[in-house]
Amino acid sequence: MSGAESVDGERSAADVDAGGAVDRSPVPDADVCVVGAGPAGALVADRLASDRDVVVLDAGPRFDPNNRLARQERAIRPSYDRPDVWGVGGARDAHENAGDRSYPLNHARVKGVGGSTLHWQGMVMRLHEDDFDSASERGVGADWPVDYADLRPYYAEAERELGVAGASDNPYAPPREEPHPMPPFEPSYSDSLFAEACESLGIDMHSVPNARNSEPYEGRSPCVGYGTCQPVCPSGAKYDATVHVERAEEKGATVIDRAPVERLEHDGDDRMTAAVYATPDGERHRQEAEAFVVAAGGVETPRLLLLSASDRYPDGLANGSGHVGEFFMDHLFAGAGGTLDEETRQNHVGFYTSACDQFYDEADEEQAPFKLEFFNYAGPSPVEMALAGDDWGDALVDRLRDGYGNHVAMGGLVEQLPDADSRVTLADDRTDDRGNPVPRIEWSVDDRALDTIERANEIQVAILEELGADVEWIAGPDATGPAYHHMGTTRMSDDPGAGVVDADCRTHDLTNCWIASSSVFPTSGAMNPTLTIAALALRVGDDVADWLGDDS
Amino acid sequence: MELTRRDAAAALAAIGATGGVALGVRRTADRRGGGPGGEQADPAWDGEGLPGDEAVRTAMTAVAEAVYPGAVSGVDAFVGAFLDGRLDGSPHCEGIRAAVAEVESAARSWYDAPVADLPPADRDELLRELGADTAEEDPDGTTAERVRYYVVNELLLALYSSPTGGELVGIENPQGHAGGAESYQRGPR
Ligand SMILES: Cc1cc2nc3c(=O)[nH]c(=O)nc-3n(C[C@H](O)[C@H](O)[C@H](O)COP(=O)(O)OP(=O)(O)OC[C@H]3O[C@@H](n4cnc5c(N)ncnc54)[C@H](O)[C@@H]3O)c2cc1C
Ligand code: SF4
Repeated sequence: MSGAESVDGERSAADVDAGGAVDRSPVPDADVCVVGAGPAGALVADRLASDRDVVVLDAGPRFDPNNRLARQERAIRPSYDRPDVWGVGGARDAHENAGDRSYPLNHARVKGVGGSTLHWQGMVMRLHEDDFDSASERGVGADWPVDYADLRPYYAEAERELGVAGASDNPYAPPREEPHPMPPFEPSYSDSLFAEACESLGIDMHSVPNARNSEPYEGRSPCVGYGTCQPVCPSGAKYDATVHVERAEEKGATVIDRAPVERLEHDGDDRMTAAVYATPDGERHRQEAEAFVVAAGGVETPRLLLLSASDRYPDGLANGSGHVGEFFMDHLFAGAGGTLDEETRQNHVGFYTSACDQFYDEADEEQAPFKLEFFNYAGPSPVEMALAGDDWGDALVDRLRDGYGNHVAMGGLVEQLPDADSRVTLADDRTDDRGNPVPRIEWSVDDRALDTIERANEIQVAILEELGADVEWIAGPDATGPAYHHMGTTRMSDDPGAGVVDADCRTHDLTNCWIASSSVFPTSGAMNPTLTIAALALRVGDDVADWLGDDS
Repeated sequence: MELTRRDAAAALAAIGATGGVALGVRRTADRRGGGPGGEQADPAWDGEGLPGDEAVRTAMTAVAEAVYPGAVSGVDAFVGAFLDGRLDGSPHCEGIRAAVAEVESAARSWYDAPVADLPPADRDELLRELGADTAEEDPDGTTAERVRYYVVNELLLALYSSPTGGELVGIENPQGHAGGAESYQRGPR
């Protein structure tokens, strides 16, 4: 099927396969029910599917892999907005903003088999050791009830599962025992320009781990340079969670798409008994299981718990602490860019190859951890420019030559502190396509984060000026935005009064319910979260397996 | 700069119609036998109703000559091969056909001739009179917006996501083209 608009029919077309209507009925005698088929849910399902009957329910559709090029066309063509690429938006995905800052939720997620990794960029770093001990080491935030050493073997395993290309040249990264599963991507031409400037300023550059194949990996293609990684990789070189969904299905797991869970039920013994989900035919079903893993992302996970309030849990399921939905955090973007009087060769690929973690562990009470990134996609992409102008012919080519060729830019991510008032709740009177209250986001950002953005900007501008660039834009404290990492909303703590899940990511209140998500992060660090999500998900898988073993 | 078959294949690969490439090879071979004059006009279509594939090719090539820069050659074969992949019976293909019908109908009523018979300046003028220059593309929009989407931007997308089109601007591996994971490492030539 060709043409960007041709994928519109997918939601209905996908419903009938060669054998007739898709069966979305519950699986009898399931051991494990996983809610959400993003990387967290997919990794848990894959981990358990060999030995257990696993069913995965996802709110969104199963996307046809043959439509990826049409989605790429959507990514390039101006008449489509980013959420249109994966069909996000509309009544299903309605939400409300009520905080200091507006949060663009539907730019920040994908619903469907594969979850938000369909859209993600695929940068995968480990958190630093001190990120797990922010209160003790930096005097702010909270300590995690687990530390780096607990996660270290799971990080290594997560890197193998996702397929990470990386090197061991980063002196600031936490200790690792083995090389990455794939060699790193070579530095870009523009990295070599930055390298000179950084050297004269005494700033270190190093490689950066990518969940993207630098060589063929487990049957998937190496990167072929489409350059549209975010929002879609047509070659499959960028990891996405369909990899683990497919593996889980091969091992016997059942994956039901377009099955939003509306409510989780429990019995009088604090055991979860069923996930109640809707199907496109308007029916509702109950999926029963021995164990449940909620992996619906950092916003829908707390929402689902809040929607599942009962007489026993009037403030929301698993919300004895009162903290479900609180401490909503994202990483803040800090950036700067401009132009040089020479060619910089941008937009050949859609990922970056060099970074700087040198300042990360300077973090203390006043300064947040932050990292710096050297972009390979600064400035406009000529093909996108070509489609949005009132010119063509020779005039257009002149405009493209003028606009493309000599941009440079740097980005960076900054930690924000957990704050109970930054939170996800249920909207009072706005409902989604099924009549359930939509998530209401109140997002606020602390001064330490805003000050640190300025500090990051200073370094970025110093590097750009050393490079001889005309600095044309700075994304500072006023222009910052979220990096689309939803964290903190079901925080982890040993103390049932201070957190929603324990150190094993099991809810304090319900004996057979785990949460696999960045929603369990007590603090966020400044590293992209998904490798840590994956490591925790693998650990949840082991814990559920142990528990089921003990239980039977 | 010469647009090649590789460019057309690359443009198709960029936007999801790889199935047409093999077909394109066959068609081009046929065409070579028939000589370049073979597609000047499509005798089967009189401007009424919807144009057939050949008439769509003729009109699109004529528009491409207006919206592509003077520096490129090989437009005819490039557009033909590209459309071999795009005219695949999909809803998108029917959108192209319908938009071409509107361009042709305007050409015939304002200039008394099919677009392929207009001198280059008139083709340019025709597209501007249709409003395709200032319109933002929209597959469900007004005539101007649909002509922009299915005709003008269709052709610009094909050109600028191909290696030769990219090279015109200084990027031999433009977005949408699977040009490998080495070009980003190379310095300017
Ligand atoms: C543009 C963009 C760029 C990003 N770049 C990076 C990056 O470079 N590095 C990085 O580490 N992270 C990145 N991320 C974040 C990354 O995508 C997420 O951290 C990751 O996908 C989270 O995994 P998850 O499984 O917890 O949730 P998700 O991937 O969001 O999956 C959750 C799934 O749950 C389903 N669901 C939700 N509610 C229900 C319900 N009630 N019933 C059933 N199913 C439900 C959804 O449909 C969805 O499929 C990026 C995100 C975006 C949007
Ligand atoms: S640059 Fe590589 S990872 Fe990105 S979209 Fe292209 S093939 Fe996929």
